[in-house]
Amino acid sequence: MTVRSGSPAHDIAVIVNGTERRARVIPRLLLADVLREEWGLTGTHLGCEHGACGACTVLLDGEPTHSCLVFAVQADGGRVDTVEGLAGDGPGLHPLQEAFRTRHALQCGFCTPGILMTLVAYLRLHPAPSEPEIRETLSGNLCRCTGYQHIVQAALDAAATGRAAAASA
Amino acid sequence: MRPAPFEYFAPRTVEGALDLLAHHGGDAKLLAGGQSLVPMMNMRLVRPAVVVDLNRVGGLADVREEAGGLRLGALVRQHALERDARIAAAAPLLAEAAPLIGHLQTRARGTVGGSLVHADPAAELPACMIALDAVFHLRSRLGQRACGARDFFRGLLATALEPDELLVEIEVPAAPAPRTGHGFAEVARRHGDFALAGACAVLALDAGGVCRHARLVIFGAGDAPHLARAAAALIGERPAAARLVEAGRAAAGEIDPRGDLHATAEYRRRIAAGLAARALGRAAARAEAA
Repeated sequence: MTVRSGSPAHDIAVIVNGTERRARVIPRLLLADVLREEWGLTGTHLGCEHGACGACTVLLDGEPTHSCLVFAVQADGGRVDTVEGLAGDGPGLHPLQEAFRTRHALQCGFCTPGILMTLVAYLRLHPAPSEPEIRETLSGNLCRCTGYQHIVQAALDAAATGRAAAASA
Repeated sequence: MRPAPFEYFAPRTVEGALDLLAHHGGDAKLLAGGQSLVPMMNMRLVRPAVVVDLNRVGGLADVREEAGGLRLGALVRQHALERDARIAAAAPLLAEAAPLIGHLQTRARGTVGGSLVHADPAAELPACMIALDAVFHLRSRLGQRACGARDFFRGLLATALEPDELLVEIEVPAAPAPRTGHGFAEVARRHGDFALAGACAVLALDAGGVCRHARLVIFGAGDAPHLARAAAALIGERPAAARLVEAGRAAAGEIDPRGDLHATAEYRRRIAAGLAARALGRAAARAEAA
């Protein structure tokens, strides 16, 4: 058996919300950990830590990803988008966040960042989803306040807003 | 929890990965999409001393269409099965099953090869690959060999893969006849949960509507996906609904499901019969329409 003395650190560089971030990480550090602990982006929440609750969902190279199931070293050279980057630099919220506010689509808010990132990725590819499709998409995101009604409504609203914006553009 | 410490390697070539595997032997684990391995590492059910990350290996995620069928690199992401028109055209069974694999996040990262070598008995892809008569190409430093999907799955999380081998490519043969249909059906408590039981089928008809090829696989109801012998009875017959129900019931008689918290053995056998009939029915309808 290999002696476990060494797990050498790796230097990584990741484009996070459009800005390059660097860190020296040991291999077992999860992407979620480096986002939260090293880079202070605590909007990414850790719930179950085994890919069941979806709270830690971020976009890795544009795809919705459980950041508890990716080692930080794996993101080296990649692009990560987190909830902090959703609204951009402007004063307002992202249309999806706006819809969540309008619809009261959160109670405690713990699951919200993961749900937002999941929906952002989904709506990009499916601008006109049905309600069952939204519910299926959110099957990997647990809300223990059981606020799904409003979450689904907000997602449908945001999709409609997105379509209207695309039509007038 | 967090994984125990390990040493991390990200080889760029298959040869590099095979060298690492040969050098570290049983201390090393191959990391593909990580949707099964990393949860087990986070819970410390698995504590590899060395992790060999395949995600930077070139060429392992290619999708190629060839005269004889489709070639899928082991690192093709599961969501590609839903999105890639070439896969939908050449192997529509995979496209139909893919949305039922885990959740959006699981499929974005999870790989086809990873699901196959993990060999969870309730997973969709192993069953589909057996129904499609796929061939797995395995490589080690000593050479390459081909293994039929049917012979690959040996039991609970057990496969024919040797410790020094890497699954590099999956070959899905072209449909056996112009009039081929597929069907897939499963029961899960919630979308994305592992199936309590499931079935998939491929049927091919001749010009006269007589069945010339029939493969039916039941999964989630035993230690490994089960290729049903009962499907052979359909060959040479017209796939009338009553015959398909009979075949489904006979196929369910071949399995030996386990009971657990989620479902009793008897319940699994009963739904397996219904799901098998449903998968066969969809396959027959599609073959007839083709």
